[in-house]
Amino acid sequence: MTNRLMLTLNGEPRELPSPLTVAGLLAAIGLDTRKVAVERNEEIVPRSAYHATHLASGDALEIVHFIGGG
Amino acid sequence: MDATPTLIDDDTWTVAGRVFRSRLVVGTGKYRDLPETAAAIEASGAEIVTVAVRRVNLSDASAPMLQDYVDPKRYTYLPNTAGCHTAKDAVRTLRLAREAGGWNLVKLEVLGPPPHLYPDMAATFEAAAALIADGFEVMVYCADDPVAAKRLEQMGCVAVMPLGAPIGSGLGIQNPAMLAMLIEQARVPVLVDAGVGTASDAAIAMELGCDAVLLNSAIAHAREPVRMARAMRLAVEAGRLAHRAGRMPRRMGADPSSPLAGLIR
Repeated sequence: MTNRLMLTLNGEPRELPSPLTVAGLLAAIGLDTRKVAVERNEEIVPRSAYHATHLASGDALEIVHFIGGG
Repeated sequence: MDATPTLIDDDTWTVAGRVFRSRLVVGTGKYRDLPETAAAIEASGAEIVTVAVRRVNLSDASAPMLQDYVDPKRYTYLPNTAGCHTAKDAVRTLRLAREAGGWNLVKLEVLGPPPHLYPDMAATFEAAAALIADGFEVMVYCADDPVAAKRLEQMGCVAVMPLGAPIGSGLGIQNPAMLAMLIEQARVPVLVDAGVGTASDAAIAMELGCDAVLLNSAIAHAREPVRMARAMRLAVEAGRLAHRAGRMPRRMGADPSSPLAGLIR
């Protein structure tokens, strides 16, 4: 039986297969890594660390981008 | 004979070591869609655009993004802290912006409640200190208060941006006398941010001697945003030229422009 990860993505609970890196997560969602930034448990994950950063159950992630603003 | 004086091309301004020719900074919010955003920004001639940082919509990751229409290689993105009410939120938001874009020039704004959304200066000072300590170059939205503006400058903010009138109000330059004093004493660029409603408001701000004008709603909420963007571009240039040229003195009476000598009898 595959392990499941319980994550909070942008405030929403999500269940995903383990193991999973930040790079894997962004690819699964379909996001261009050059256009987003990721925070894991209130700490920035540098883009250079996406492949090496393994997610754990209970992690809270914020995935943000730029939108129109004044 | 070269009859074209160099009036605009040599007139640049510098913030945090970056040199700009356009003195119009525009927001990217409130447009109908991204193509309209792109067209209006193009027409404005702006080199700096403000942007917000928000959660990605994870249920529609393929939706077009701002960068697809407003190229960050062509425009200097100035991420803002809209919606942040504490220093902690502001630092967190702009750290994400720095990671997303790789730059540290930012717009700090910490607002009070509706209906005025007036700058919360106590919270602004606290957030400015935290951001400067974290290595950001902070352009700061502030009250039209020369004491507060000087303090922000002394803390190390790279530009001060007093309001002309409440955000999105379009009420124009409400306190020109205080803005003029604030500009006079400033040693960093001053941008009038918020309150511009139409082209003459932008020209008035520039005539007061500020370095640039920052606006969003006046273009985005015009009936024809692209046309208004062009109007703002021209108004900012006109106001800047008028400031540099130096206006004639006001006088309490007429002074004929045509000579009285040589009239026929």
